[in-house]
Amino acid sequence: MQYEAPQTLDAALSLLAGATGQARILAGGTDIMVQLHMDTTDPDMLVDIKNISELRAITETDGAFTIGAVTTGAELGENEAVKKMWPGVVEGLELIGSTQVQGRATIGGNLCNASPAADVIPALIAANAITNVVGPNGSREVAAEDIPVGPGKTSLAQDEIVVSISFPARGARAGDAYLRFIPRTEMDIAVVGVGISLEVDEAGVCTQARVGLGAVAEKALLVPEAAATLIGTSLDDAAMEKLAAAISAACRPINDRRGTIEFRTDVAGVMARRTAKIAYDRAVG
Amino acid sequence: MDNSMDVGYSADDKELKFVGKRTNRPDGVDKVTGRARFGADARLPGMLYGKILRSPHAHARIISIDTSKAEALSGVKAVVTRDDFEDRDSEFVPAGEMMVNYRDMVRNIMAREKVLYDGHAVAAVAATSVTIAKQALKLIDVQYEVLPHVIDVVEAMAPGAPLLHDDLFTDGVEPKPTKPSNVAKRLEFNMGDIASGFAEADEILEKTFDTKPVHQGYIEPHSCLASFSENGSAELWCSTQGQYLVRAHCSKLVGMEISKLRVTPSEIGGGFGGKTVVFIEPIALALSKKTYRPIKITMTRDEVFRSSGPTSGGNVRVKVGITKDGKIMACEAELKYQAGAFQGSSVQPGCMCAFAPYDVANVNVIGWDVLSNRPKVAAYRAPGAPISEYAVECVIDELAERIGMDPVDFRLKNAAKEGTQTAYGPKFGPVGFVEVLEATKALDHYKIPLGPNQGRGIGSGFWFNIGGETCVNLNVNEDGTLTLITGSPDIGGSRASMCNMAAEELGIDVGLINPIIADTSVLGFNFLSAGSRTTFACGLATIEAARNAIENMRKRVAQLWDIPLDAVVWEDGAARPASSNAGEFEPMTLPEIAKIAPKTGGPIAGHAEINAQGAGPGFGTHMVDVEVDKETGHVKVLRYTVIQDAGKAIHPSFVEGQYQGGAVQCIGWALNEEYVYGEDGRLQNSGFLDYRIPLASDLPMIDTKIVEVPNPNHPYGVRGVGETPIIPGLAAMSNAISNALGLRMSELPMSPPKVLKAIKEASV
Ligand SMILES: Cc1cc2nc3c(=O)[nH]c(=O)nc-3n(C[C@H](O)[C@H](O)[C@H](O)COP(=O)(O)OP(=O)(O)OC[C@H]3O[C@@H](n4cnc5c(N)ncnc54)[C@H](O)[C@@H]3O)c2cc1C
Repeated sequence: MQYEAPQTLDAALSLLAGATGQARILAGGTDIMVQLHMDTTDPDMLVDIKNISELRAITETDGAFTIGAVTTGAELGENEAVKKMWPGVVEGLELIGSTQVQGRATIGGNLCNASPAADVIPALIAANAITNVVGPNGSREVAAEDIPVGPGKTSLAQDEIVVSISFPARGARAGDAYLRFIPRTEMDIAVVGVGISLEVDEAGVCTQARVGLGAVAEKALLVPEAAATLIGTSLDDAAMEKLAAAISAACRPINDRRGTIEFRTDVAGVMARRTAKIAYDRAVG
Repeated sequence: MDNSMDVGYSADDKELKFVGKRTNRPDGVDKVTGRARFGADARLPGMLYGKILRSPHAHARIISIDTSKAEALSGVKAVVTRDDFEDRDSEFVPAGEMMVNYRDMVRNIMAREKVLYDGHAVAAVAATSVTIAKQALKLIDVQYEVLPHVIDVVEAMAPGAPLLHDDLFTDGVEPKPTKPSNVAKRLEFNMGDIASGFAEADEILEKTFDTKPVHQGYIEPHSCLASFSENGSAELWCSTQGQYLVRAHCSKLVGMEISKLRVTPSEIGGGFGGKTVVFIEPIALALSKKTYRPIKITMTRDEVFRSSGPTSGGNVRVKVGITKDGKIMACEAELKYQAGAFQGSSVQPGCMCAFAPYDVANVNVIGWDVLSNRPKVAAYRAPGAPISEYAVECVIDELAERIGMDPVDFRLKNAAKEGTQTAYGPKFGPVGFVEVLEATKALDHYKIPLGPNQGRGIGSGFWFNIGGETCVNLNVNEDGTLTLITGSPDIGGSRASMCNMAAEELGIDVGLINPIIADTSVLGFNFLSAGSRTTFACGLATIEAARNAIENMRKRVAQLWDIPLDAVVWEDGAARPASSNAGEFEPMTLPEIAKIAPKTGGPIAGHAEINAQGAGPGFGTHMVDVEVDKETGHVKVLRYTVIQDAGKAIHPSFVEGQYQGGAVQCIGWALNEEYVYGEDGRLQNSGFLDYRIPLASDLPMIDTKIVEVPNPNHPYGVRGVGETPIIPGLAAMSNAISNALGLRMSELPMSPPKVLKAIKEASV
């Protein structure tokens, strides 16, 4: 296996374009190294992208943030501006692993690993995040929910790289949150994960909402029906019941070692209610 | 020498300087700096890497194994299969607290006629790199005829269940069955008259409980390095709880004399009973015998889960009858334990312990040892007892609740004490269960008010503890320091405890004693570090060796002073004249005696070779507070206290460590740990991501209360403390959750999906 650590995006792109056999991107490596050790992947070339400075930048224009794909949890957790605007996205990334893993695990890696249970993806979906992808034929923009297509599978070509993730500017009365259910307290994989982002008017009535749902289907889902239950309400009990019902209806989990269908469906509703409350409290300030 | 030990010696008799003190652990610095060498740290020049091909089937007949392509791969130096291990006679020998059979063991380390579980070893390769060894495994062609499998213990007992061995006929039933089955053995323990006992009871409760197979969860994987010489001798380095048993098993399986095999134990990163048997060691030796190159094999975590020796899952029916005022009249239980692919579960100790904490006249316990397509179980702290006592302690708790009696008072009223006749045989000597329960009642923890969705539970437990064969040398060095050589791997702080006892006996500073764990060539046979025996048995031998060294030093001084031996006494680290009648002599200190040793007869040492008897049984109680998230079934542990009789805590920090570790393993076993099998009989959670042991963040500080009711058979009163701590917690957790929810669960683990299901079922 060939290992390359290019310094520029162009060099990385031409390595990928010129690769014979399977080439895979390595960012923090906290997924792919595990896969290598477990013999579930056997690429011919690994292209390490974490030395590419263009992939590390965090920029802001008029409240719209763009976060480089190889930004780690530890880095984002120290960025007060992003934390203030997108606390849910940051908490999703910061839930990953442990202190050690936080120093490596990247936001782009979590998205592109396309685990149905990934912790950042539901928060990115809720945030209406757009990924900036470049490949041999130039660049394109892809909505976060359109990157994963199935467990471990993305809509990206082998020679495409996610450069950054952009977050739209939004009003002052806005908030997001991410919660997951795990059997323990950390170092675990989501049995259910819910990201919710919403905006409220001066009266505290929800005007816009997006809901991302993880670990209950083959990929993280955007659930507009769940968002619709929130709009026009102040998240009263009746709205919360409807939200939980809409979330449970959107679940299509499997029975596996991490939880039963029944359990996941139930707990998804519970987590959605709790997440919505946090996002709402943040929005009304 | 004087062989009699003065027993019943307690803290009141004399001010103790080191026993009972928190001295520095001798192994501490090397462990925190990373210098300590664990199993996988062993390496030798010219070393090859061994990898094992394992069965992807839960049950299959092996039709053929073709290794030719693997052998042809460049870098591959040897391949071994079943053909490289001679078959052995059926012969039972003790290993830890379990019996092993070499005919079974040779099949467990390398499948012969059939593979009997997912992960069963089928072939092994030695190559110049791990990568090549792994490639070679892919080139081995094994043809299987896949057979139906069975995992669950109740299903395995059913007529028509897939049969693991067609030559296994149930032992212990009359008449002996003519048809083979998966039931290896039936056991029964009886006392009194169970029917009349129940007839006198006012309240009777009968329930059935299920527990899942769990792994000990030691962090260090099995690892070994074997080096065979052309002269027929071999050396083996490995992580084990007993180098002498490794030597015994390996020499038998590989076919060599015991004296030709030298086994050195590494530092150990956890064993809990799971490192009392061999898996990779005989394979490494066989590969080394073929190549005369050192062979290293280190299990992956996946292999540890699939292919080592976890413990049984069990199905336990318990029936207890009590009077209105809380006297237990009759106890009945039926235990069905998974043995794994070969016979020998821990159902026997499970039966013996089930009702041992209570003074009951009428007891009947039946046990079944049942095979299924799982790895052969090994010991796990107090093997068998947590499963049966969990069921019993849940029933006891519910009965106490029914008659409106405090659960501690209920246990106090029925507690076993000195003179209580056990159902399994002996009458108890002095035991500390009453003292443990009284200490429990006195805890502040017992009085803390609980909030909403919170509950408190208690559970108690009993374990025998053992002694056994032990050999210790204590060398008095020429500069007056000492080297203490024991043959028991230090799995829980034993080196520090041994030094405390030796220093106390010798009357010298504990820092002058350097403890080492010997390889098998240094000392005579030592039984395993298991059965909670090490501080007791190795402690007895250490004390005896120290006393022997003292006597040898007194002899040298008596000879020097030219007075009789009994005119020289040993006090505060020096030989002194017994009285002025003996003559006027300046005391001679240990270093002074050591310095002139060449002139008084040569080197000085103390020795002990014993088979320690009289271990003191251990009783403990756990008290735990939990909070349940009723919407998710998540259980948070708020407070936890372990109360246990140690006899005497030689080194309190290590006793507390044993209590705390046991409690944590209880929490894991109770809440999340379980082997999850798919329909195909394959293990689905062979890693720490989905096999959930508790993390630090899941736990409160585990508080401890050491109770000391001395064991009269040890000079300082030691009982074993290593195993009792894993018994009471399963029921304590279950009772706490019951208390929080107002409903009773009867299966483990009480993972969120199961707790939530129980809540929902109770609310409809
Ligand atoms: C101990 C441990 C605990 C963990 N806990 C969690 C957890 O709680 N929650 C959770 O969601 N995950 C968890 N993970 C998984 C992992 O840490 C995260 O998914 C992490 O965000 C992955 O980022 P990475 O940079 O390490 O990815 P890598 O392993 O470097 O890459 C992951 C995948 O994405 C691809 N990729 C990476 N970057 C790009 C890019 N810019 N463009 C295109 N493709 C790319 C890679 O080719 C690879 O397929 C854990 C992992 C470990 C080892």
